[in-house]
Amino acid sequence: MNEITLRLNDEPARLPAGTPLADALQQWDYAECRIAVAINGEFVPRSAYAERILHDDDRIDIVAPVGGG
Amino acid sequence: MDALHDDTLTLYDETFASRFLLGTALYSSPTVMQQAIRAAGCEMVTLGMRRQNPAGGDGDAFWQILRDSGCRLLPNTAGCRSAREAITLAQMSRELFDTPWIKLEVIGDDYNLQPDPFGLLEAARELIDQGFKVLPYCTDDLVLCQRLRDAGCQALMPWGSPIGTGLGLMNRYALQTLRQRLDVPLIIDAGLGAPSQAAEAMEMGFDGVLLNTAVARAHRPALMAEAFAEAIRAGRSGYLAGLMQQRQTASPSTPPLGQPFWHRDGG
Repeated sequence: MNEITLRLNDEPARLPAGTPLADALQQWDYAECRIAVAINGEFVPRSAYAERILHDDDRIDIVAPVGGG
Repeated sequence: MDALHDDTLTLYDETFASRFLLGTALYSSPTVMQQAIRAAGCEMVTLGMRRQNPAGGDGDAFWQILRDSGCRLLPNTAGCRSAREAITLAQMSRELFDTPWIKLEVIGDDYNLQPDPFGLLEAARELIDQGFKVLPYCTDDLVLCQRLRDAGCQALMPWGSPIGTGLGLMNRYALQTLRQRLDVPLIIDAGLGAPSQAAEAMEMGFDGVLLNTAVARAHRPALMAEAFAEAIRAGRSGYLAGLMQQRQTASPSTPPLGQPFWHRDGG
């Protein structure tokens, strides 16, 4: 099976080609987390997780709430 | 106290009884943060977003504590270095926290964390177009603040001094000018280290104060939060009451007429 290499929070990650974002989040144990996602610097709304297919070299940022001033 | 009781802060058509906004970073524990929020009596708290690794972090627990506080949430775009980054993070925050409120930060310099006025204005325009309630963290530059207001920002948050310094109101002339020239709510954000500095900002006519480090890093954060809350109320009362004009020459308070032991011949 073809694999793609991408960056998850600036760390290398590998996935089968054609994986949708929703499946990747499940695989990475984010399913129960309160998070928001951007790919290549663009916000990806939750409603698009299922249809957004990940590609080679995608840069995925996943953020969660923290204390802030 | 009656005048103060009816004196509310309005931001984007929402009313707040408290003029104290508190940050949620740097506390020694979540319990200490909760105690400080309660002591501050604030109704809006700031918070941030950071990368979370798989199955790690306690973002959900932290968020739940803030939800339980009953405060409105003001997510920030701290650390963003371009309009594009700030816009993306604001969009993420709107979904994450289910709120259109955003404390917009676009940082232009690493040394003093000074806002980038150009990126800030660009991001503010775009986010207001997208329906956000933008509270921009800005410098005390009058023209920048006018441009932000013209872009649709219904409140502005000029710095007192750089973030985390505790230096207080560094440029009183610029801040006074902002107060005189702008009729939108102005909240002093960043740089306040002592309750007296917050009182001074309020006496100058600023509408509120946002701070974090001075409370979170105090030996007793809840007590410091209470001190700031009292100073903000005192300063606001002083402003509403009307401060006397300063002058160079002395003027006796007790009437000179009828002064005993005084003789016309000076004897």
